[in-house]
Amino acid sequence: MREGAVNAVLLAGLVAFPIWAQAADEPFLITLATRAVILALAAVGLNIALGWGGMVSLGHAAFFGIGGYAMGILAFHAQTYAPLMEWPFVIEGTKSMPVIWLVAVVASALAALGIGLLSLRTTGVYFIMITLAFGQMLYYFTISWTAYGGEDGMSIYVRNGFPGLNTLVPVEFYGLCLAILLLVLALNAALVRAPFGLALNAARQSPERVRTVGIDPGRLQLAAFVLSGAITGLAGALFADLNRFVSPSMLSWQMSGELIVFVILGGTARLFGPVAGAILFVALEHLLGGVSDYWHVFLGALLLLVVLFARGGLVGFLAGRVR
Amino acid sequence: MTVLEARTLNKSFGALRASDGVSLDLRAGEIHAVIGPNGAGKSTFIAQLCGSLTPDSGTVHLLGEDVTALPVPARARRGLARTFQISALAMEDTVLANALLGAMGAGGTPWRFFAPVRRDQTLRDRAEAALARVGLADRAHVRTADLSHGQRRQLEVAVALTLGPKAFVMDEPMAGLGADGSKAMTGLLDGLRVEAPILLVEHDMDAVFALADRISVLVAGRLVATGTTAAIRADANVRRAYLGEDA
Ligand SMILES: Nc1ncnc2c1ncn2[C@@H]1O[C@H](COP(=O)(O)OP(=O)(O)OP(=O)(O)O)[C@@H](O)[C@H]1O
Ligand SMILES: [Mg+2]
Repeated sequence: MREGAVNAVLLAGLVAFPIWAQAADEPFLITLATRAVILALAAVGLNIALGWGGMVSLGHAAFFGIGGYAMGILAFHAQTYAPLMEWPFVIEGTKSMPVIWLVAVVASALAALGIGLLSLRTTGVYFIMITLAFGQMLYYFTISWTAYGGEDGMSIYVRNGFPGLNTLVPVEFYGLCLAILLLVLALNAALVRAPFGLALNAARQSPERVRTVGIDPGRLQLAAFVLSGAITGLAGALFADLNRFVSPSMLSWQMSGELIVFVILGGTARLFGPVAGAILFVALEHLLGGVSDYWHVFLGALLLLVVLFARGGLVGFLAGRVR
Repeated sequence: MTVLEARTLNKSFGALRASDGVSLDLRAGEIHAVIGPNGAGKSTFIAQLCGSLTPDSGTVHLLGEDVTALPVPARARRGLARTFQISALAMEDTVLANALLGAMGAGGTPWRFFAPVRRDQTLRDRAEAALARVGLADRAHVRTADLSHGQRRQLEVAVALTLGPKAFVMDEPMAGLGADGSKAMTGLLDGLRVEAPILLVEHDMDAVFALADRISVLVAGRLVATGTTAAIRADANVRRAYLGEDA
């Protein structure tokens, strides 16, 4: 029950922070909070695969990047008025966020399906390595993709639009991102209580048991991996829109590693774990990054403490029990 | 009527013949015990029946259907319920969650993403009935890892029960149970045979002689005898080979 209280505090903070920052006239802090919310969304996606599914993917930056490039490519074609393709039918670029999100979700889900189908033939360290390999393949592909900026990435001049909102106003874009995060968290909460979540949970702990009751654990894991990739892809589209910039660095293996850090720092297989992890990361980056270029040392030490003494992550630690 | 049948199963691990032409049938209403010394190949035999090992040659038939090529989940859905020598359960989850998992497998669909499983009365009834049957009703909300060893053995049986199976295949359900535990489990299994026949691998001879209608003796991968409990008890070869007595 106390985990619910921790979640409620986090939620209240996410709602209150921009109101305070707005009053204090600190738009930069709102942008910083938006970054935390979007990274949290990406990690919420990873948590479904890593936390509940037990699949340690070191390639989730690929989905993040696919979402980013979905936004970049569509917006690029919209701002140059050059269609993506003209034959057999015309596809125009777009500056509409809902359309971009749909494309980002579908593209990253398809990529996760392909990568999952091949990676899930392996387990353990081989699974980590094969997801890393796919991530690196896509990373180097974007570097060589000169049509869309290659190594330098590409900039989008104006943030994409959402009906009824002025997304250029930091607090409005923040609200939009937060709404999406909360919607996905609500779906996540339902999922883990639903039959699928129960079976996925069991498949992580004892695949043999799941098979023995007539369910194929590999298919559960594949479905979870696809869902996970789709959510991280959606976050990628938002992240690119926040920065109005997309580049291969979104697909780097360091990015995959950071997503894993958010999940572990906050608490694996805990609804608000990735949220807590991402907020902590962005806050440390902001506070310590100014003090020392080597702030990652502090992060490393913190991660060590969590892994050694608080296996439930920050949320588990605050909730006062380790499952 | 034959419910489950193995026909000349062969399985080697390198030079070791773990199953050497094993043929055996399980008939409706019976408990058929398979006994044999450690390393005789009993668990290997069960793995081939249930699909987690593929035999080098030979076939497995379930209710007349050749299921040799079917994987574990497909055999389970056709009514084969297995319990493990070493408990295979979702340890971090509650006892009820494990039983619900079985009920979901039996009910056919884990592919539901929104409605909470705990509010599905059909699943709950099924899971709770199975738990009550093995005497775990009051432990439903306990974490499985916090159960005693004996209770985990009971939960294994409960999960098998949720499947509403056509045949049980049980690998040493009494393993590690004390005298009282064995007695309770014996009583439980005795009542189950009317629902579905049980292929019972067991070292506990008191339990085997109390429960079995027929006994097969497996030694070094080969079946050396199959017969009624009385016949096996009297069989001099069995005594020498397995029971370790002078005939
Ligand atoms: N996967 C495997 N690879 C190689 N050898 C194996 C494998 N599985 C089992 N064996 C060997 O096959 C033989 C039969 O093993 P099995 O587990 O079937 O015996 P068992 O009759 O169940 O023994 P116990 O009474 O100890 O449970 C043993 O010698 C074992 O070491
Ligand atoms: Mg064995």
